[in-house]
Amino acid sequence: MTRSARWIVFWLGAGGVGVLIVLALLKMPSFGGLVHPYRELSVPAAIGRSSPNIVSSVNFDQRALDTLGEETILLGSVVGAAALLRPSKDEREQLDQDEGRVLEATKLLGYLLLPVTLIVGADVVTHGHLTPGGGFQGGVVLATAVHLLYVAGSYKMLRRVRPKSWYQVAEAVAAGAFVVLGLVGLLLTGAFLANIFPRGVLGDLFSSGTVFYLNVAVGAEVTSGVVVLLSGFLAQALSVREVR
Amino acid sequence: MTPLLVVAFLLVAAGGTTVVLTREPSRQAVTLSVYGILLTLLFVLLQAPDVALSQVAVGSAVVPLMVLLAVRKVRGKR
Repeated sequence: MTRSARWIVFWLGAGGVGVLIVLALLKMPSFGGLVHPYRELSVPAAIGRSSPNIVSSVNFDQRALDTLGEETILLGSVVGAAALLRPSKDEREQLDQDEGRVLEATKLLGYLLLPVTLIVGADVVTHGHLTPGGGFQGGVVLATAVHLLYVAGSYKMLRRVRPKSWYQVAEAVAAGAFVVLGLVGLLLTGAFLANIFPRGVLGDLFSSGTVFYLNVAVGAEVTSGVVVLLSGFLAQALSVREVR
Repeated sequence: MTPLLVVAFLLVAAGGTTVVLTREPSRQAVTLSVYGILLTLLFVLLQAPDVALSQVAVGSAVVPLMVLLAVRKVRGKR
């Protein structure tokens, strides 16, 4: 394709998308208005399923299959990135003795915030059906917490508390648990990912049934996935050397 | 739209433009991180704390870290 033909195709595409965007925006309800058709449907549905966090209820109860798809995409991306980042034949892992210099303030802040971040992450995962957040958000917070060890200057300690193979197994097991919960629902009620556990009292920790368990499964998968992903990047940047 | 929201939208637009105009990848990781925080602020103001939580963790911590590590590897610096 010549240069000018490429530009013609681009402007046709861009113009088409532009027209569609304008048409869509003209039909939208006004910003911040009082009309919320989606809210009117989703809030009673979620409250009826004893789940005060509407987003969580939609993600893990009303449309749990969509969430399974998203988790599978994450799993696939992590597996792909891990495969690309693994050391090649003529590369070996080699740790530096010298950890480099870290500001005392950074160290202090890192070690102080590590337990706080872990608790916040665990809280966000386990209360995903009650308060904003959930498995994905809490999982990323948990994974970031572990890496505060690296920020505080101890890559060696990070490697010790983070045996990569454990996290790889945990990621697969957690992703599998989501599917198993779905299959149990299919067996018991005839619907994949149906809510099978007792719904409980609105606002209790063990309420909204399966949502709680799916949140924990997603939390475990996302934590392990992000840890595996970052461990690949960290190893490549810090310790993988070419051996001649 | 409240004035606060207008400010947040303008900040996000300015932040996004800065990220696009930053050519150096290692600098872009930093502007991306700041942009992530601006976006988090907007999500909080729009009453979407769930999205804000994902954004602050992924957009301003994990992704910039991955970019920085990739840059370090590509440059072959120790």
